[in-house]
Amino acid sequence: MDFNDTAEEAAFRAEAKAWLEANVPTREELAGLDDIEAAKLWQKRKYDAGWACIRWPEEYGGRGASAIEQVIWNQEEGQFAVPGSVFGIGQGMAAPTLMAWASEEHKREHLPPLASGEHIWCQLFSEPAGGSDLAALRTRAERDGDEWVINGQKIWTSGAHYSDYGIIVLRTDPNVPKHKGLSYFFLDMKSPGIEIRPIKQISGGANFNEVYFTDVRVPDDQRLGAVGQGWQVAITTLMNERAAIGGGGGGVGFKQVFDLARKVEIDGEPAIRDKSVRAKLATWYAQEAGLRFTGYRSMTALSRGATPGPENSIGKLVGASKTQDMASFAMDLLELSGAVSDPAHAEAHGAYQATFMGSPGGRIAGGSDEIMLNILSERVLGMPQDVRVDKGIPFNEVPTGR
Amino acid sequence: MNFEFSDEQNLLREQALGFLQEHCPMSAVRAVLDGDAAYDAELWTKIAELGWTATAIPEQHGGLGLSYLELSVIAEELGRAVAPVPFSSSVYLATEAILMAGSDAQKERWLPKLATGEAIGTFALGEGPGQPSPQRLTTAARNGKLTGTKIPVVDGDIAEIAVVVAKSDAGDGASLHLVELAGAQRTPVATLDPTRSHARIAFDATPAEPLGTDGEGWSLTQRLLDRAAVLFAWEQVGGANAALEMAKDYAMERYAFGRPIASYQAIKHKLAHAYVKNTLARSNGYYGAWALDSDAAELPLAAATARVSATQAYYYASKENIQTHGGMGFTWEFDCQFHYRRAKLLSVNIGSEPTWQDKLIAAVERDAA
Repeated sequence: MDFNDTAEEAAFRAEAKAWLEANVPTREELAGLDDIEAAKLWQKRKYDAGWACIRWPEEYGGRGASAIEQVIWNQEEGQFAVPGSVFGIGQGMAAPTLMAWASEEHKREHLPPLASGEHIWCQLFSEPAGGSDLAALRTRAERDGDEWVINGQKIWTSGAHYSDYGIIVLRTDPNVPKHKGLSYFFLDMKSPGIEIRPIKQISGGANFNEVYFTDVRVPDDQRLGAVGQGWQVAITTLMNERAAIGGGGGGVGFKQVFDLARKVEIDGEPAIRDKSVRAKLATWYAQEAGLRFTGYRSMTALSRGATPGPENSIGKLVGASKTQDMASFAMDLLELSGAVSDPAHAEAHGAYQATFMGSPGGRIAGGSDEIMLNILSERVLGMPQDVRVDKGIPFNEVPTGR
Repeated sequence: MNFEFSDEQNLLREQALGFLQEHCPMSAVRAVLDGDAAYDAELWTKIAELGWTATAIPEQHGGLGLSYLELSVIAEELGRAVAPVPFSSSVYLATEAILMAGSDAQKERWLPKLATGEAIGTFALGEGPGQPSPQRLTTAARNGKLTGTKIPVVDGDIAEIAVVVAKSDAGDGASLHLVELAGAQRTPVATLDPTRSHARIAFDATPAEPLGTDGEGWSLTQRLLDRAAVLFAWEQVGGANAALEMAKDYAMERYAFGRPIASYQAIKHKLAHAYVKNTLARSNGYYGAWALDSDAAELPLAAATARVSATQAYYYASKENIQTHGGMGFTWEFDCQFHYRRAKLLSVNIGSEPTWQDKLIAAVERDAA
């Protein structure tokens, strides 16, 4: 048991590191660019050198790398302050779905611009009536010759306002049970009839949108899978979603709160001397370590050519709650000042308060805590699904509430 | 990255699992609970014959000279089986203390016997309620004679020898002594887990040999506990997974309101949480096993990390196993009690959860200094 790379892995890591050291954009290069422009600059540079979407086949813009090489690349790129990605949904979710279901022509047309960062994609799945119960979606598509006509509303669409394309699941037959009446398409987000309205979040940001469809036309050619097979195609996307969303961490971690506890006082002593503070921090440390070493176990499986087990899916579940609780606790340590979010006056420029307000989203996005627990109990522990009262009933006869 | 047990180690795991399923079913654990025997002597003999007690003892002292990864594998399976044997006292504590601090003569005399299981050893630290410290020790040695009272001593009623922590005027305030228990007054004490016996041991000018240097007893104790913590954690991981399996199996078969209770989210989510805790504990156990086996500088941090998450995982799985069983889980007849008892016993045996949380943060503080 060790933490060492194999010889091939070490060589790959060295090559990746050397390229990154020479090519990560400098502050001067990024000056004056907005987030999307900066992300596109970095993505294009990687693409031109063969470091974009490295697991993809070369003919689609990738490098044909192995899963373990992808992990190594992610680790090495993570060592640098590179522009944040806006391509996660397109590259992480739309692309695997295209690879599995699209025609060869579409793959050659759409995958390279996804890899190069030329195109940004979004995901149009959730609806006001169907979040966790995704298959209850109502936005309908009606056939008209070689086209489909879309009417309805999607919600929680990250990045819809700057996306070029979207993947979408639509109800093409309301007269059959809900999973059977769905079809899956991709569409041009600039199509006439699409209206995008940002949703202001409790954190103050507006990354999500409502997307309204009024007689939007999409060619039948852009359907992925057969008519009525949309649920099956959507599963391909969803299987990749949690991998794309990843650890669910970000914001506030052990080290930051540990340092804070050494700085602020309780009863005239550094807070870190307080046993209850130590107990809480120790539990969070053990959770972070447990996630890190679970990742190492998965890496080992990848390194040996095996598929990692479902234990990977605990990352978002554990990470999101931990982040929320740690931000809350950090604010407790700050006592009266815990309330202050003004960057000019707040500890860590308001990072704890921002994380506190952003963290509820982490527990919902990409499969809520409750859905993750269902997945673990059903797919890992093998426990039965809950009774579904809508099972086998035509969709248009299923009872609906709010 | 090679963060996994080897094929040979996994084969050992399968053999251990199969052996314990055959020779240590829950009925064997129950026999110790309900009977007068302090432990399952027959199982102990078989375990020793398999060489488990000799695992990490070097060959020159009659051991197998295997690594702590093998010992971790065995510990997990013993934990899963809730084995009623003095393995942790004899192997993780007494044997390790002698390996760590014993003179050549002490090693030659005791390690071969500990390796074959002929001698059972234990470790005597506690002297009543509260966290032990050098200041609170009253047991002391004068001229090779030990006087004082230790309670509770795990397996103190059946062990042949004990490594005893005694007060010292030198160094860190403590010293270790190797004592043959035939010369002490031993009284069994009832504990919450009757499948693991405990005793009160009164020493009254009992002959004792110093183990290691006088005045280094407390730091030796900390090192010993760090090493043992990894192996205790693996027993806890094994137990936690067994408790989760027990709960799941019952929930799949138990029907309420016309369907298996395993189909209700109240039960599913409870057990999914147990799975998450168990997975984190297992992964941290890997870290601990690696640090123990490679004698890494970060052993104190790795041990505390493994210990904290394993303690939390086993406690949660064992209590929610009873909850999942409902009223039947609270009956003497059902087996849920074994994990509930063992989980708490293991959590206090070598220091409580808050104690190890404190050690974890102390280790992080040392790294940050």
